[in-house]
Amino acid sequence: MENLENRTEVVLLACGSFNPITNMHLRLFELAKDYMNATGEYNVIKGIISPVGDAYKKKGLISAHHRVVMAELATQTSKWLEVDTWESLHKEWIETAKVLTYHQQRLEARNSDNSELDSASPVLPGGKRKRTGDAQDLSEKKPASQKKGPPQLKLLCGADFLESFGVPNLWKLEDIATIVGKYGLVCITRSGNNAEKFIYESDILWKHRNNIHLVNEWITNDISSTKIRRALRRGQSIRYLVPEPVQQYIEKHNLYSSESEDRNTGCILAPLLKAKQ
Amino acid sequence: MYQVIEGIISPVNDSYGKKDLAAAKHRVAMVQLALQTSSWIRVDQWESEQKEWIETVKVLRHHYNELLRSLPRRKEATSSRADSEIPTEDIATPAYTAAPELKLLCGADVLKTFQTPNLWKDEHIQEIVEKFGLVCVSRAGHDPKQYISESAILTHYQHNIHLVKNVVQSDLSATAIRQALCQGQSVKYLIPDSVISYIKDHNLYLEESK
Repeated sequence: MENLENRTEVVLLACGSFNPITNMHLRLFELAKDYMNATGEYNVIKGIISPVGDAYKKKGLISAHHRVVMAELATQTSKWLEVDTWESLHKEWIETAKVLTYHQQRLEARNSDNSELDSASPVLPGGKRKRTGDAQDLSEKKPASQKKGPPQLKLLCGADFLESFGVPNLWKLEDIATIVGKYGLVCITRSGNNAEKFIYESDILWKHRNNIHLVNEWITNDISSTKIRRALRRGQSIRYLVPEPVQQYIEKHNLYSSESEDRNTGCILAPLLKAKQ
Repeated sequence: MYQVIEGIISPVNDSYGKKDLAAAKHRVAMVQLALQTSSWIRVDQWESEQKEWIETVKVLRHHYNELLRSLPRRKEATSSRADSEIPTEDIATPAYTAAPELKLLCGADVLKTFQTPNLWKDEHIQEIVEKFGLVCVSRAGHDPKQYISESAILTHYQHNIHLVKNVVQSDLSATAIRQALCQGQSVKYLIPDSVISYIKDHNLYLEESK
């Protein structure tokens, strides 16, 4: 079995409405993990789903509480995916670059906690620290040169996200630079050509093209949240398109209707509003 | 107006001989696992348990006969009266003994196979569309309307061929799943977790056959 210790650890972060979360969203994570691990350079250790806050004001966006619960139900059977509510709990909308920064800081904090623990005496089950002086302790300490840095945080997205960089006023240029320059993108795309062309035609994306990993989705799966909501309004079955517990939750709470789809009609999307200010 | 009351998945017999076909007992078990959460779809092993491969039309005939046989019993289950209390004239009326229609559910790719020389007997195709009916779900890269127009029999019975548009288009196929598994890629969220566990536990689809 290959020694994964030599690889760069990666955490994938996906931002979005998740309105509702679907099997397609979950597939993005699996595809990205397989791809990054197969390069031999990376070891994807965690995936984080960060649903956007209600202040995003997208049309049809139902309350963050439900969207978070559905994401949690969807990831129950996953060993490496988790849901983070930090972004959704804020009253105002937060830029994606700031969400990345927040998670990066968390990863760094956890990493320095871990390395402190390594150099201290080993912790027994129950949390009590063993007294030093044992010969065994010395062999368990890691030499300083092997101390690992925090995992690399990368933004996981679909091709539509990448192309949204081209929508006027939607993104601040410095945020795009942060996202692709400092962190990096793992972008699942059906037609690699369009995404490659888009990167080619953008100076800033081209500059950081080595930090943009394009992953081909061979088994295409056209499940979009929009289609799910439309099917629900029309009384059509969404079974096998979203995880079973999510489908049951939606049904139980009657989450999506023509009324819910009309939410935020007439509102300006938060990033566009912010750009005007 | 139709009301769909049951769905039956009938895995093909092992002697069908298709490439990479796992043993029927496995395929049946996987369907069973996949259907655990369904209230109306069930798996049926009759076809897979026969000594040899059976034509589709015969499977349809078998299931239709089973449906007819289960009718009085079913009615009995829903009514509280004992068998002997039911007036004979009631049993004879169509409303009482109305048999459900049995339709073949398939993807648009199957509709295309009707054109493959020697694959289907013409009289079977006729019986399928005339006596039973087709419910045909759209599939990427296929044009079912065209297949119908290219066949005299299908055109003649097109009122009995219901074309269903899929809510989502996808390339998802068992072939693609087997390929992904061979290459060690994840198929999570494409097929049920219980089926993935079964495949792992029984070491299925590890290699493509030559």
